[in-house]
Amino acid sequence: MLNQARPAIVSMLLFSLLLGGAYPAVVTLAGGALFPGQAEGSLVRNAQGEVVGSTLIGQVTTGPQYLWPRPSAAGDGYNAAGSSGSNLGPLNQDLIDRVSSDVAAIREYAPTGDIPPDAVTTSGSGLDPEISPQFAALQVDRIALARGMEASAVSAIIAENTSAALLGFIGQPRVNVLITNLALDAAQPQATTTE
Amino acid sequence: MNWQGWAEIALTLGLALALGWPLGIFMSRVWNKESTWLDPVLKPVERLFYSASGIDPDKSQGWLGYGASLIAFNLFGFVLLYAMLRLQGILPFNPQGFAGVSPDLAFNTAVSFVTNTNWQSYGGESTMSHFTQMVGLTTQNFVSAATGAAIAAALARAFAGNREKGIGNFWADLVRTTLYVLLPLSIVLAVALIGLGVVQNFAASVTATTLDGSSQTISVAPTASQLAIKQLGINGGGIFNANSAHPFENPSPFTNLITAIAINTLGWAAFFAFGRSAFARKEIRALATAGILILGAGAAVIYAAEAQPAPALVAAGIENPINMEGKETRFGIASTAAWAAQTTGASNGSVNGMHDSMMPLGGGMAMLLMMLGEILPGGIGSGIAIMVVMALLSVFVAGLMVGRTPEYLGKKIEAREIQYAMVALLVVPLSTLGFSALTVVWPGGLDSLFNPGSHGLSELLYAFTSATANNGSAFGGISANVPWWNTTLGLAMLLGRFIPIVAVLAIAGSMVNKPKLAPSAGTLPTTSTLFIGLLVGVIIILGALQYFPALALGPIVEHFQVLEAVAAN
Repeated sequence: MLNQARPAIVSMLLFSLLLGGAYPAVVTLAGGALFPGQAEGSLVRNAQGEVVGSTLIGQVTTGPQYLWPRPSAAGDGYNAAGSSGSNLGPLNQDLIDRVSSDVAAIREYAPTGDIPPDAVTTSGSGLDPEISPQFAALQVDRIALARGMEASAVSAIIAENTSAALLGFIGQPRVNVLITNLALDAAQPQATTTE
Repeated sequence: MNWQGWAEIALTLGLALALGWPLGIFMSRVWNKESTWLDPVLKPVERLFYSASGIDPDKSQGWLGYGASLIAFNLFGFVLLYAMLRLQGILPFNPQGFAGVSPDLAFNTAVSFVTNTNWQSYGGESTMSHFTQMVGLTTQNFVSAATGAAIAAALARAFAGNREKGIGNFWADLVRTTLYVLLPLSIVLAVALIGLGVVQNFAASVTATTLDGSSQTISVAPTASQLAIKQLGINGGGIFNANSAHPFENPSPFTNLITAIAINTLGWAAFFAFGRSAFARKEIRALATAGILILGAGAAVIYAAEAQPAPALVAAGIENPINMEGKETRFGIASTAAWAAQTTGASNGSVNGMHDSMMPLGGGMAMLLMMLGEILPGGIGSGIAIMVVMALLSVFVAGLMVGRTPEYLGKKIEAREIQYAMVALLVVPLSTLGFSALTVVWPGGLDSLFNPGSHGLSELLYAFTSATANNGSAFGGISANVPWWNTTLGLAMLLGRFIPIVAVLAIAGSMVNKPKLAPSAGTLPTTSTLFIGLLVGVIIILGALQYFPALALGPIVEHFQVLEAVAAN
């Protein structure tokens, strides 16, 4: 076994330099040069240059003039330093109670209309940046009322920010919440002040 | 369920298999030391490894020597990684200032990454520094995968050889697989993934001021570089706690498709590489056919299970009560079902949705796919090696039934090989069920479970299945970062990795000495549909018989409880 020691130690150290040092360095340099925005985290900045979020990371929004995201199990909700699903099993009473209270909360602003499953379930990451087009549609009247906009104008902005499934069958159609909210603010800037 | 979902599942599984074919030919050339188009760049690096380490790459080792080299390399890899984890606090690239990790977590994590399991008792973004993630974990992502590939290379030589002594050189197999196969593919995939949205930088985190005016801390990391090898090397350990459900690791359906293919494609490539190197392409094609049939059936069961009415949604009166708990909007149930089958059929263990929140039969099928031995296609090389062991067993069983001489790929199968095969196959249920039973009766063992009732037992069973099978996925509610769980899961990973490896190398050592026989009238054909059926039967019966009683107490009973709950509404 002793004659195995030198190749084991030397090759492991060389591998650590090559794969643990050079490889991530090359990838970071190449990625940063070719795709700086993505490498940085797809951040969105406002006119003052402050970061308002990442298009890939959901955030809590509670103002009625904004699209709201799915429930989140990451910390107190959308804790982007501690991603997590709920891990509740299908028969867990906590899940059953949570879903029924989420349904009640949605019914306060959308008394009618089918509630889609994503509206009352937490995502795997707890950071889901997107919702289904059906969940977005449920929120149109609330947003229109809060902003004094036509419902059709709100729907149009949502439709512009809806992505289809890739090639029509890979993944799901979805609406990016932060991008849509920024588009709503851009369409009607005065509504950004909280009423 | 809809046609889109079925089409997506078929495409993902099919593309991974199809891409494995050309990659397998390349992998076989690398194992056989044939020339490749990467030689001008990589030959000098390869020579540097040999000269610095004092290795003669052309010296063919006997199975004991090959095994000793493998164990020595993995042992030192473990020691180095354990030291890095313990000393994390004083090592560089630690902008968040994370302290060294506890002894039991360091043991568990070091074993986990050295054994290609990537079980994670910790949340990445809240525990590990950039240094640990890169120099420690990313490095092991590569070399543990190459260790698995080496087993298949050695076994292929054993079947190809005619009365020979050596089964190849471990160091050459390790270095060549890493440099020529894993590294170039990882660089290309990592850079492509950055372009598609995966984050890659060394900042501590980003602080955003949200539209609501509150502050959000967003963890970032050198993600793409580890993500690429985590998938290609069939490792599975995420930078972030949510793994490939995290939008920074898997931002879109397109990245999901690419990384899902990457979970399986080098596993299949090792099948085809084995076929080419062992001069047994047709026979290995039969094994791959059996594998993809079982994997496809597993994916179909998971998809169907997740489309069933979820009790919580039914109770709340949701019109379309599909189980979106723990799943991302962009993926939905079809992408998550395909991924769940691929990650458990291969010994990957990354997840793009939370398995703990799956329907009972969905999570149960994920568990069963691991219990079948990680051969669908399993890890790179380790999968085909155990699949060949299954084939030996099938030929042996058929030989007993019809009185033919059992031989496979031109080598006689005798009592000794079957004994080694049984050691490789039986250690897995022994560890899985043994540690599960021990934990149930151990004081405080059940305190780590998160969900009550039968689902809690499923959490426990899933954990030891995943660890022993070197998969690494989890029913994530479990709080495994306590000494009992870290220690027992670490031992399960070691048993499930190295005992089958030694047994397979022993089979290789025994086979390589035997004369290569030409097939005769008495040889059982091992390329026929009949043989594929027999092999599928052996795999499923072995898996089902060993685990059915345990599964009956977990997912199966929970399934009937779900049916009852849904009917009550």
